[in-house]
Amino acid sequence: MSNESLDPRVQRLDLHREENDYQTTFQWITFEVFHQQKRGKQPTHVGIVHAPSPDLALVFAKEQYGRRGITSNIWVVKSSDVYMFPQEDEDMFSTIPDKQFREPGAYKVRDKINAYKERQG
Amino acid sequence: MYGGGYIPPEEQGKKIPVDQEDPIKLKEFEDRIERGEKIEPHDWMPYEYRRQLIRMIEQHAHSEIIGSLPEGTWITRSPNFKRKLALIAKVQDEIGHGQLLYSAAETLGKPREQMISDLINGKSKYSNVFNYPAKTWADVAVIGFLIDGAAIVNQLINSKGSYGPYCRALERICYEESFHLKQGHDNLVALATGTPMQRDMLQDAINRWYKPLIHFFGPPDTSSVHSDKLMKWKVKLASNDDMRNQFLDQYVPKIRELGIDFPDPNLRKNPETKSWEFSDPDWDEFYRVIKGDGPCNEERLDVRRWADEHGKWVRDALFNPSEKYRIPLA
Amino acid sequence: MNIEATKDLLYRMADDELIIGHRNSEWTGLGPILEEDIAFSSMAQDKIGHAKALYEIMHTLLGEDSPDKLAFGRKEEQYRCCHLVEHPIGEFDFSLVRHFLFDHSELLRYEMLKESSFTPLAQLSKKIFGELKYHVLHADTWMKQLANGTEESRARLQSSLNECYPLALAIFEEGDFEKEIIDSGVFTGEGVLKEKWMETIQTKAAECGLTLPADDGSEHFGGRKGYHTEHLKPMLNEMTEVFSLDPNAEW
Repeated sequence: MSNESLDPRVQRLDLHREENDYQTTFQWITFEVFHQQKRGKQPTHVGIVHAPSPDLALVFAKEQYGRRGITSNIWVVKSSDVYMFPQEDEDMFSTIPDKQFREPGAYKVRDKINAYKERQG
Repeated sequence: MYGGGYIPPEEQGKKIPVDQEDPIKLKEFEDRIERGEKIEPHDWMPYEYRRQLIRMIEQHAHSEIIGSLPEGTWITRSPNFKRKLALIAKVQDEIGHGQLLYSAAETLGKPREQMISDLINGKSKYSNVFNYPAKTWADVAVIGFLIDGAAIVNQLINSKGSYGPYCRALERICYEESFHLKQGHDNLVALATGTPMQRDMLQDAINRWYKPLIHFFGPPDTSSVHSDKLMKWKVKLASNDDMRNQFLDQYVPKIRELGIDFPDPNLRKNPETKSWEFSDPDWDEFYRVIKGDGPCNEERLDVRRWADEHGKWVRDALFNPSEKYRIPLA
Repeated sequence: MNIEATKDLLYRMADDELIIGHRNSEWTGLGPILEEDIAFSSMAQDKIGHAKALYEIMHTLLGEDSPDKLAFGRKEEQYRCCHLVEHPIGEFDFSLVRHFLFDHSELLRYEMLKESSFTPLAQLSKKIFGELKYHVLHADTWMKQLANGTEESRARLQSSLNECYPLALAIFEEGDFEKEIIDSGVFTGEGVLKEKWMETIQTKAAECGLTLPADDGSEHFGGRKGYHTEHLKPMLNEMTEVFSLDPNAEW
């Protein structure tokens, strides 16, 4: 059976329709995808794929996240295997930037050295 | 590609229990957006914010998936290697964009299969522009350049929104759209600078797509209901007229420099108001098409339904009931 | 090197790639799940790209017309593709099994061609080998999973295998210059390739619990001599519809 479409591909489909409320049934699980651009670079999270297994998740992720640019490797992890902090606990991190003693910028010795040199004359 | 920051009036103002939200949490939420910070999936958010975002991102995703069909019409008939490869890659990107956008919407709690069911059952909308047919090869050029151009205007604006996953998806989409735009322009210029037959073909396509293009950003601001809330929450970031103006500013000159024009003697930029003026584009038609009465509404959904029905045995075969679907993280 | 013999080989290879790439591109937007739609489309692009690269070699080094003219401007009987690639896409199981059978032959063929005495062909083979590895990985992963899926999915694969396998055997139909091609070291020959392929397919099918149908002889031969199924002509008409509006125009 053909139909009136302008698309020859669509003309070849049998577009009969039963007038019921259409429901897709099952939903595959999702995998979080990590993309490593080059050797030596950190893999970074780039998105998800729906897949029934890690094997197919990799097959899918390669084309969804690696079809442009440079890729060295791709990782996939089941979304349900990733653990995270509750978002409202973000305040646990809030004072970190204040802890200057962990930062190189907190250690300035040049003034002292210059003053010392001057004193030595 | 995408169309439609347009929110039908009947969906606005419905079930807005914002005043019943926890006022302290609401204030924190709004302050965060005010500071220019993004909202992440596991943040507290008002019901209405979640609902409107799901609706908007979902519509955007549907527009990508359905938007692959008008151009898909010409995949098997592209006239040379360069166009053939570009068109397949471009249509593939639309599907890829749909995938990214569904993923962003999923983080808000609506499973992808549910969204696809709602699309097929006509419960959720997609951009009107894809309910028009691609009759000749020149339509591919017009869609690739002008419809994608309009979509980029929209998407660049939306990428400045408040919801993190949507912004991230849009960043990548906008990057890929720049390829769409270039290949569309290349195709369009080849026709415009080609034989008289090719030019005629192009002019004819421009004539047919003009009205849907004017419709693309939705009805004029004077006739559409605004939601200050959505603006404040950075769900909607620019008015229909502003976006349309921006689009016409950028693209009308690029068509006119080729000696091609739009079929509207009143299309001009008013030097005083700096806004574009045009003849009445028949907004009744716009509403008719939204309601399902466009030239291709039925076919578009039937094709999507075909794809879904015919892929069902594949999805069912590999479904493992012991693996519980969990909302993706980001 | 015998120019005519090499051209004949390249036409067979390029036409196969073009036609199956074109066929598989028909899935773009219609696949069983969005992610697969994307993957299948990429592979279709790869195949069409391979065809273009092969026509390019013929154009620049062997005196043939431009790739576009070769792909879009020839008559049906000038095509040298095998019948397997001409068939419509059918259901996903048909397209998958065809892809599985065809791409295993591709991987082996290009592996052999890495050693070709015709340097541009050897270089191209090395260049695209990684793409073919993915095509085969894609096919094998799907086959294995669907063969172990439901009764329906297994039955579908078996049925498509019954249909495609005899067609696939005609991939290895020899051209008119098989001896020259082998003697000049351009290609080790369809016979050797076929043996390797049958070994691989038998192993893979067994791993999937699928049975290969009996070899029904050579009834699907002819493609390499320009005799085609009823599917090729309409496909070419469709493919060249826009090009034919003005073959001399720049599109």
